[in-house]
Amino acid sequence: MGCMNASESFVLAIGTKKGLWLATSQDRKQWSFSGPHFLMSEIPSIGIDTRDGRTRIMVGVRSEHWGPYVAHSDDLGASWTEPEQGAIKFPEGTDAAVERIWQIYPDAESRPGVVWAGAEPISVWKSTDGGDHFELNRGLWDHPHRSEWGAGYGGAAAHSIVVNPSGDDVHVAMSTGGVYRSLDGGTSWEPRNKGISAYFMPDPNPEFGQCVHKIAADAAVEGRLYAQNHHGVYRTDDNAENWESIAEGLPADFGFVMLTHPRRAGTAWVVPLKADGERIPPDGKLAVHRTDDAGATWKRLDSGLPQSEFNAVLRDAAGVDSAEPAGVYFGTRGGAVYASADEGETFAEVASHLPDVLCVRAAVVAGAPVAAGTPK
Amino acid sequence: MVLPGVLQPLAGGQSILTTPADGAVTVGWLLDSVTGTYPVLARRLRDETGALRRYVNIYVNGEEVRRLRGLETEVSAGQEVLIIQSVAGG
Repeated sequence: MGCMNASESFVLAIGTKKGLWLATSQDRKQWSFSGPHFLMSEIPSIGIDTRDGRTRIMVGVRSEHWGPYVAHSDDLGASWTEPEQGAIKFPEGTDAAVERIWQIYPDAESRPGVVWAGAEPISVWKSTDGGDHFELNRGLWDHPHRSEWGAGYGGAAAHSIVVNPSGDDVHVAMSTGGVYRSLDGGTSWEPRNKGISAYFMPDPNPEFGQCVHKIAADAAVEGRLYAQNHHGVYRTDDNAENWESIAEGLPADFGFVMLTHPRRAGTAWVVPLKADGERIPPDGKLAVHRTDDAGATWKRLDSGLPQSEFNAVLRDAAGVDSAEPAGVYFGTRGGAVYASADEGETFAEVASHLPDVLCVRAAVVAGAPVAAGTPK
Repeated sequence: MVLPGVLQPLAGGQSILTTPADGAVTVGWLLDSVTGTYPVLARRLRDETGALRRYVNIYVNGEEVRRLRGLETEVSAGQEVLIIQSVAGG
């Protein structure tokens, strides 16, 4: 989707440790909020599906007491539906139970109704009915490497899913296990981590076992992906056969976020943190960094961001919209959410003092905002 | 089986669920029986392996069933079973 017109508006969804907030706007400056939805449940994953002429917001919900589930709303949060039999649950015989849903990823326009999910324990799921019901991907679940995959601090999960809109390639990233690629739509999987360092292992260049924090696909160059690693920022131009460092020019190579432009080749955003042992913005100064040349150079973007900030930005606590220019959004573990309507050149705080922000997603939707809300 | 307020909307607003039984049953059987028509409620209490969720406590005669025989704990006819969420969270 390109330029905005009067019949479109923006939706911003903010998943936190204690509930979901939704916001709508017609100009990406003034936002009307509703929430908290799902108070006291964490919302680690959100997918906004604008295909099929509707806006469906899908959320992964997790209550410490009552467990995880997927719910969706087709009316911008005015009402929520949880499929009676549960959208994601392990089939009999696996002896596994879903702990947390880490990712909800609507597939391409060309595959309406297809939605992918990543979960903890490490698993990938696919829905063909718009997110009402997901099937476990057995190829990855039964993968012979499974017993050797580990758990990152946040848990052992498939947290990134990238699908080629014009082919059958699917890339998944997991912590810890690294990047796995399927060329047959998810039937079979192979590790693809050549060039990504696992400095924390005896062999720093294993076939798999890397702690890749986030991957994202270039919007316009097929076979090009970017990765924010547990130390290390990388790009591949050959569909993950080889990864090369693009960290030069960044103040730090640690972080969790990796965003790519909705249309333009070579543009990606990261939010560096100082180091594994110091998970704060370098020097306590929060900044987004953008490349417009596929990682050859980086531009520091901090206009509108606080002078002092010691909270981290988590892997899914950032998103882009599909407008022109693209909007960039992210939230901190301190509960502040920032929005940029100009690809990161300037930010404005749109929410503050929320619980820890776990997931941020934004979308351009048809029609004027209809959700009940209060202006900020 | 007595439900906490937060779960009652998942059981049609009921606070107490009952089921007929011939003699003593187990807590697991009772859960199967009373949540059979409320699958969302069932998932809030147990995961898909059938295990009781970590912070869901079930009391029989004032004793938390994990200290007894878990889901195999026996329940007599007419006995009240309480479901209470544990004190947890930050």
